[in-house]
Amino acid sequence: MRRRHLLGAGLAAVVAGLSGNAMAQSEIKIGEINSYSLLPAFTEPYRKGWQLALEEVNAAGGINGKKLVVISKDDGGKPADAQTAANELVSSENVAMLCGTFLSNIGLAVSDFANQKKVFFLAAEPLTDAITWSKGNRYTFRLRPSNYMQAAMLVEQAAKLPAKKWATIAPNYEYGQSAVAVFKKLMSEKRPDIQWVDEQWPPQGKIDAGPVVQAVAAANPEAILNVTFGADLVKLVREGNTRGLFKGRSVVSFLTGEPEYLDPLKEETPEGWIVTGYPWYDIKTPEHDKFLKAYQAKYNDYPRLGSIVGYQTIKAAAAILIKANSTDPEKLIAATEGLSMGSPFGEITFRKIDHQSTLGAFVGKTALKDGKGIMVDTAYKKGADFLPSDAEVEKLRPKN
Amino acid sequence: MAFYVVQFLTGLASAASLFLVASGLSIIFGVTRIVNFAHGAFYMLGAYVAFTLTERFSGALGFWGGIVVAALVVAVVGVIVEMVLLRRIYHSPELFQLLATFGLTLMVEDLVVLIWGPDDLLGRRAPGFKGAVDFFGQNIPSYDLFLIVMGPVVLGVLWLLFQRTRWGILVRAATQDRDMVAALGVNQKWLFTSVFAVGVFLAALGGALQIPRDAVHHAMDLRIIVEVFVVVVIGGLGSIIGAFVAAVLVSELNAFGILIFPKISIILVFLVMAAVLIVRPWGLFGKPEAPARRTPGLTVNPWRPLTANERIAALAALALAAALPLVGGNYALTVGSEIAIYVIFAASLHFLMSVGGLASFGHAAYFGLGAYGIAFLAKMAGLPMIVSLLLGPLLGCLGAAVFGFFCVQLSGVYFAMLTLAFAQIVWSIAFQWVAVTGGDNGILGVWPEKWAAGPASFYWLSLAISALCVVILRLIVFSPFGYALRATRDSPLRSEAIGINAKRMQWTAFVIAGTVAGIGGALFAYLKGSVFPDSLGISLSVDALVMVLLGGVETVSGAVIGAIVFKTLNVWLVSQTDWSKLVLGGFVVLIVIAFPKGIVGTLEVLIARWRPNSPKPPLATSRVEVAE
Amino acid sequence: MSGPRTLLSVEGLTKSYGGVHAVRGVSFELRAGEILALIGPNGAGKSTCFDMLNGQNIPDSGRVTLLGQDTIGRKPREIWRLGVGRTFQITATFPTMTVRENVQVALVSYGQALFNFWSSAPQFAREEAGRLLDLVGMDGYAERPCGELAYGDLKRLELAVALANRPKLLLMDEPTAGMAPRERVELMRLTAKIAREQAIGVLFTEHDMDVVFEHADRILVLNRGSLIAEGTPEQVRANREVRAVYLGEGLVYDARHREGAH
Repeated sequence: MRRRHLLGAGLAAVVAGLSGNAMAQSEIKIGEINSYSLLPAFTEPYRKGWQLALEEVNAAGGINGKKLVVISKDDGGKPADAQTAANELVSSENVAMLCGTFLSNIGLAVSDFANQKKVFFLAAEPLTDAITWSKGNRYTFRLRPSNYMQAAMLVEQAAKLPAKKWATIAPNYEYGQSAVAVFKKLMSEKRPDIQWVDEQWPPQGKIDAGPVVQAVAAANPEAILNVTFGADLVKLVREGNTRGLFKGRSVVSFLTGEPEYLDPLKEETPEGWIVTGYPWYDIKTPEHDKFLKAYQAKYNDYPRLGSIVGYQTIKAAAAILIKANSTDPEKLIAATEGLSMGSPFGEITFRKIDHQSTLGAFVGKTALKDGKGIMVDTAYKKGADFLPSDAEVEKLRPKN
Repeated sequence: MAFYVVQFLTGLASAASLFLVASGLSIIFGVTRIVNFAHGAFYMLGAYVAFTLTERFSGALGFWGGIVVAALVVAVVGVIVEMVLLRRIYHSPELFQLLATFGLTLMVEDLVVLIWGPDDLLGRRAPGFKGAVDFFGQNIPSYDLFLIVMGPVVLGVLWLLFQRTRWGILVRAATQDRDMVAALGVNQKWLFTSVFAVGVFLAALGGALQIPRDAVHHAMDLRIIVEVFVVVVIGGLGSIIGAFVAAVLVSELNAFGILIFPKISIILVFLVMAAVLIVRPWGLFGKPEAPARRTPGLTVNPWRPLTANERIAALAALALAAALPLVGGNYALTVGSEIAIYVIFAASLHFLMSVGGLASFGHAAYFGLGAYGIAFLAKMAGLPMIVSLLLGPLLGCLGAAVFGFFCVQLSGVYFAMLTLAFAQIVWSIAFQWVAVTGGDNGILGVWPEKWAAGPASFYWLSLAISALCVVILRLIVFSPFGYALRATRDSPLRSEAIGINAKRMQWTAFVIAGTVAGIGGALFAYLKGSVFPDSLGISLSVDALVMVLLGGVETVSGAVIGAIVFKTLNVWLVSQTDWSKLVLGGFVVLIVIAFPKGIVGTLEVLIARWRPNSPKPPLATSRVEVAE
Repeated sequence: MSGPRTLLSVEGLTKSYGGVHAVRGVSFELRAGEILALIGPNGAGKSTCFDMLNGQNIPDSGRVTLLGQDTIGRKPREIWRLGVGRTFQITATFPTMTVRENVQVALVSYGQALFNFWSSAPQFAREEAGRLLDLVGMDGYAERPCGELAYGDLKRLELAVALANRPKLLLMDEPTAGMAPRERVELMRLTAKIAREQAIGVLFTEHDMDVVFEHADRILVLNRGSLIAEGTPEQVRANREVRAVYLGEGLVYDARHREGAH
């Protein structure tokens, strides 16, 4: 058995070597995984973003002269399928690194795979804090600001509100639960005087919005924290508007300013919500202008937040590969830790301590303009300012 | 007080659209006995078409006309589906129609994205029903009031249709006794088509009426279909009144449940369904099902153990599979392991379905329990891999023993629905009980020990266990227990009359199937190194059903082939295209039409035809002589 | 009581549905080796009576004693375990299994091997199954799928299955229904022969009066739930009330019988 195994492994290695070698001279492959079929509304702009970045990277000479190639796979929204895809990319395509993913559970699954197989993984969009902290590992880095960071950015504004009685509405799964938990913790630190008068946990994707709105209204809070998104958010907003839930109440809402979530609300967009998001129409920096022009020229469409994430993911991957000048995972890790680079949002750094990038987000208020939802009074919040102290992070991350 | 009244009215408004969709499903099932999985897809199509029409045509007429026209358009689509697809397969084995409608659902999910784009669409508000009505300081949306009226109106119209028209009387007669209606010389074809059209119309209308409240998006179908199944089952299959009462019950439970248990709403309806089915096995307004229809195409080709030659062939195939590490790379081996695991899973469901005659819609529960068993034992208790592999599936066994006890008290679709309810309850616990199961983020780091960590070693391990499971299940099929179990499937009356306690046989079969599924789940946890609630979910249960039906439910081991074909195709498609659902759905529909007996079943028929000269009795004698 | 022992004793069996008496106060006895027919016009209560004996229905009052055991409230499968074989008006067999397998299943149950997961079922009690099939003249059909059999053959197979637990008593509901006249005579002759040889008591219901009068040792006549006559074929044939009931039904059985006699 053992001998046969060795023989088999040897043969497989030879076969893999034969097919892979010829190409390896002129190009570097990276593997990309996302929930294209399950979440097309978010992953389509994301794909456009990385495709733009890929063009730019190769136009600028590729990776130290070699062409960068992205092999993209769909995970169908299933962690198990994401692992199959990751395996295919690593084993069959011999990619230098993995990147992508949107859902937290898939991000975690691929991150665990990367840790086990010793493959470099750059998580693009998953928000869960676990990916860099409680379940963090040395092979995984994350680009987008985490749940904690978004909560901290919102708390900074929310704490200024006079409201003392708060209610929460969040989808009943890990993301919703941890968003509420972090928000409550940070908020209570800043404002020990506030009370939490009601919490609603509609099932993700299946909110029965009328009763939920009614129940929150009955608790009569002065302010509401919302974590729902997508179709649930649309239903919640519609019922809330009709039933007057938001009248005279402050609302703080995760992610709602991202065009992905704000645009479908159209003329129903509630005004004055404090949100995190991406006001692409309102960012006047040279870095962003350059990105925006290139994106609109290529696609004749405006970017969503996913476009930024996709774009920056491949830009970061390229920067890492160029700096490491190798595809060895250990060298990639060494190159990434502490790496700083430009982005449409300004300079970002991949922290050595927890592998989180310092990409930030915009905080502002929702408003209605020409029948469309926009963000106003926006300010860019640097990611670095909304992370816990190094000592706390040390405690959160497993040792090894 | 005003608050509770308004909360009640809000519940009624939600009940209205649920009722529309559920009544359509119920009528279709009552007459054609088709469990129309695509009902949610028609609901979604109704919403999309209505969105397009109401955006294009302005004004009140444009809106209301758009809603009705949308429902009609989708009903026409339904008629086409019925005539082109379903008519060909009414005589296929039971549940095969479910497979067809499942394939259709997959296709529609991708098609709406292709046609209407990926973004969530926000439809118009209904003209004249945009605001809210003040009720003692509480706001009730006027559209809700409209829907509250709409529910009973549709109920009334349906009632008139069924009581006062010849068509309605035929439908009711057919619901009670299909054969009699056929015997009376009624043109069954058109009766079925018209019933299907009415059912689809109701579903599409339900979807179209959602556009002022909801966002139109490509996952609407799954959101509603499970809930509608629940409503129909609680109300009693085929009963319109039942659908209405159950829709109100479910909606009010949601409306008031969130006040008391905000976190439990997701499983509340399933708890209620389980409770109703245990107390009233045929739903609130249902009637006991007539003895299961003897499927016309039922095989008369009795099962037999493999002949010596076939055994050699099977061994050769196994040896060939075992040689994969010599040629395949790591990826091929991992996919191979995954397929081997799915073979275990599909074979366990196949055992329950084809030998026990019990079609479970929630078989993933036991697969997932096995996987979570491993995660708890290996990750939290730190037990070695061999011990975990031996003990982990016991969680599946335990779950099957507890749930199976209740499930086997029922039969047919009600059995299927109770298994679904239990699976959903288990899934919800895993999904929401973050402290223990990690919730959606799962349990990570469940990797195999060194000796099994290499792709080749793990592949051989999976292959060996898979082969062992299939062999053991086959041995059981041809054991005295297997004979007696088939007896309870073939004729409950006769088996009782020869001293067989059918429930105990079925319960035992359920536990065996659950345990074997648990073994598959245990391996799956090690293969993926992690466990997520998905492995308990509906879509995995449906995958298993598809694999069994694809292989051929009337065969002894068709599921093995079904699993290999389905999983290979699935992995390959997902890797090759973003439109995998469209292609896979199309493939499933094609298989259903081309091979109504499943792949293995069709092969058996072909082989039998290929040897026309071999007289049957001699063939039978020779085979028995070789059998042990 | 002298002679063969009493197998079955029924006392005051009563059942009503919503005020309608389906069966009232029926009492009778059946001895080993005796063939007893239960007849009566449609709706007389034969089936209800039959179902109460085999456990499918529970009487409102009355006693059924089978081999000294009270059977009221016992399930059909428990009554089977007491040594009762039965056949159905519409045959109930296992259509996807072969003829031999049909008998083997009954033998598996009789041999308490229902939870045997390891043995080879095709070899289970093969000789015994063959012997039973031989007994009913079905040995040539052993490997045929049961679903392909002609109706008369199914009836014979059912008899073989019913004999698998070496019953003391056979309950046969309309054993010859749906059969050709010639097959009827053959099946009942076969039944009678087996019953006499093995001292099995037989209780059967029947519509065909030729069958009843030729094969029954005694006849019970039910009308509107009550027993109106009981006795040998000759005694029953001479009974006025029976004649009235049957003539009212338009069945001139004695005329037909006279033709067939001697």
